[in-house]
Amino acid sequence: MSGIDMTVELGGLRLKNPVMPASGTFAEELTHVLDISRFGAVVTKSVTPEARLGNPGPRVAETAAGMINAVGIQSKGADAFLAHTVPFYRRFDVPLIASISAETADQFAALAAKLSVDGVAALEVNISCPNLEDDGRSFAMDPGQTARVLEKIRRVTDLPLFAKLTPNTGDIVAVALAAEQAGADAVVIANTILAMAIDVETRRPKVGNGMGGLSGPAIKPIIVRMVYQAARRLRVPIIGCGGICSAEDAIEYMLAGATAVQVGTYTFLQPAGMLDILAGMEAYALRHGVTRIRDLVGAVEWPTRREQVSTNSSDRLGGGGGIMACGV
Amino acid sequence: MMQVQAIVLGNDWVNRRYKHMSVYAPQVAGLCQAGQFFHIRCSDDVTPLLRRPMSIYRYEPERGEVHFLYHVKGQGTQWLAARKPGDAVDLFGPLGRGFWIRPGWRRILVLARGVGLATLAPVARMAQEQGIGTIAVLSARTAEDVLSKDEMERFGARVMVVLDEDGTSEVAAVERLVREVVERERVDALFTCGSRRLTRLLQRVARDTGLPGQVALEENMGCGLGMCFCCVRPFWRGGERVNLRVCADGPVFDLSEVLEA
Ligand SMILES: Cc1cc2nc3c(=O)[nH]c(=O)nc-3n(C[C@H](O)[C@H](O)[C@H](O)COP(=O)(O)OP(=O)(O)OC[C@H]3O[C@@H](n4cnc5c(N)ncnc54)[C@H](O)[C@@H]3O)c2cc1C
Ligand SMILES: Cc1cc2nc3c(=O)[nH]c(=O)nc-3n(C[C@H](O)[C@H](O)[C@H](O)COP(=O)(O)O)c2cc1C
Ligand code: FES
Repeated sequence: MSGIDMTVELGGLRLKNPVMPASGTFAEELTHVLDISRFGAVVTKSVTPEARLGNPGPRVAETAAGMINAVGIQSKGADAFLAHTVPFYRRFDVPLIASISAETADQFAALAAKLSVDGVAALEVNISCPNLEDDGRSFAMDPGQTARVLEKIRRVTDLPLFAKLTPNTGDIVAVALAAEQAGADAVVIANTILAMAIDVETRRPKVGNGMGGLSGPAIKPIIVRMVYQAARRLRVPIIGCGGICSAEDAIEYMLAGATAVQVGTYTFLQPAGMLDILAGMEAYALRHGVTRIRDLVGAVEWPTRREQVSTNSSDRLGGGGGIMACGV
Repeated sequence: MMQVQAIVLGNDWVNRRYKHMSVYAPQVAGLCQAGQFFHIRCSDDVTPLLRRPMSIYRYEPERGEVHFLYHVKGQGTQWLAARKPGDAVDLFGPLGRGFWIRPGWRRILVLARGVGLATLAPVARMAQEQGIGTIAVLSARTAEDVLSKDEMERFGARVMVVLDEDGTSEVAAVERLVREVVERERVDALFTCGSRRLTRLLQRVARDTGLPGQVALEENMGCGLGMCFCCVRPFWRGGERVNLRVCADGPVFDLSEVLEA
């Protein structure tokens, strides 16, 4: 042990460290490969009220430094989740975060109530899936819809609520604020970016569903930016998610304002990668004289005005940063 | 199953398109079964991003060796093709559920083409170890493309070759040949790979003869471990249509369950 305090707090939930898997990229099988008790938490694949088959294949296509998935949430349903998944994770000394997904606000609330049981430490609300009440757009594309669904869920559960947002929105800050005001205890930024790839030989889309969600290192700079923008305005903590493949990536998210991080696609390339990331974060903290990992949250430093003047004739990018200059 | 840094022993061309790679990986060589695969990291960086599934072509537990026979096709297999003896290759496996043999079988028939020639090669070894004879019908474009013949013969298989170049690999002809062999040799079970044509052909033969069959399927993969549901296909099981994961529920499936070969 390095003696570094790795603990973080997420809406009343205390984690032994900030690293957890991302929903849909983690399952019981990983317990055969490594000790999952060392994670800060575990997050299940999104569970839906009833069993679902998911999309037709192919469900995955590789892209430059990324992958597009069109799994479409294949789920065993809430009953199987309560009967098998929750008891399975009781054996491990790690909080279980249940990711939930539904097609209407009422279905979401009913599912949240049903899964608010002993053994579930928090609910992650996947509002990035199509909302049947809003023409198939996802709840999290819109602040109003985000608030509507979270208010309903907030009324039926006392568990910490994490809202998982979508990057497929024009205004991530407005959506994140709406989630906070509606009672979310933390927000996860973010789910996959809507994307497409076409096979030029066959002229067909590379995934069966035509479009899918882009994940992996290719999306990291975009999501880091969103975490940074949201962190400046939110009071609730942020869980950063998108393209993390190393300890440095995880630290980057924390500097941008994330309190914890989720690792998705990287686990496919390195099944034990999350433990390497954890070890690397401790090494980073040691190297930088950081004794509490949470001190890194939002600790991005901006050049002083004097430094900027010497490198940039314009002083539009004032200290404290973040004023976006077009075309720079 | 585990992740190991295997050391390349050999990596040589066997014809214009295929290479045979042998690696030293004593931690996993003893765990291998015919039909299982390894998920191989085919890059030093993030491109190509995902691992590549490769069937176990040969396993030699006494020598700590695992062998692969692979088609040099895109970025991933090109990276693999450039590995030299002494280089390390990151293997994760063995993964999936391999072929199985039922007590009482005396003879099996193997029908293979393309990548299936690699996947089905160790079936002859598995059969021989259990005192079972193998008859292999190997299909290829040209005589040069026939792979695994020696490997199968090494384990006592009787091999027949059918080719596109002389018309003997044509579906109707192969079906006639298979039906003839099944009848004459009193075959107990049928084995094939993911080729759509061959799977359908063998499904017909199995239905008409009542013989059990197994097929190894291929699908694009994310995790290779059963977690992401990227590799599912529809199957008929227990009287209903279900989506099963090729990586963890297979890659070998009961021939009668396969809906879309
Ligand atoms: C269980 C299993 C066992 C296999 N065993 C062998 C083997 O023994 N020898 C062999 O030559 N090939 C085998 N394959 C196919 C092999 O995995 C692909 O040919 C290989 O991934 C191609 O990679 P690439 O980067 O060279 O090609 P690219 O065409 O550039 O690959 C692009 C993407 O498509 C995927 N892909 C391409 N073709 C296939 C395919 N046929 N099946 C699944 N995914 C594919 C790749 O994984 C990758 O994500 C097997 C596939 C599976 C699923
Ligand atoms: C195969 C796959 C399945 C996923 N399934 C879900 C899911 O069920 N629910 C969810 O909220 N996010 C799901 N995601 C999104 C991830 O949780 C994560 O937000 C995204 O992949 C970005 O992180 P990454 O770049 O580290 O993978 C899935 C991602 C992948 C690649
Ligand atoms: S590749 Fe992930 S479940 Fe099969």
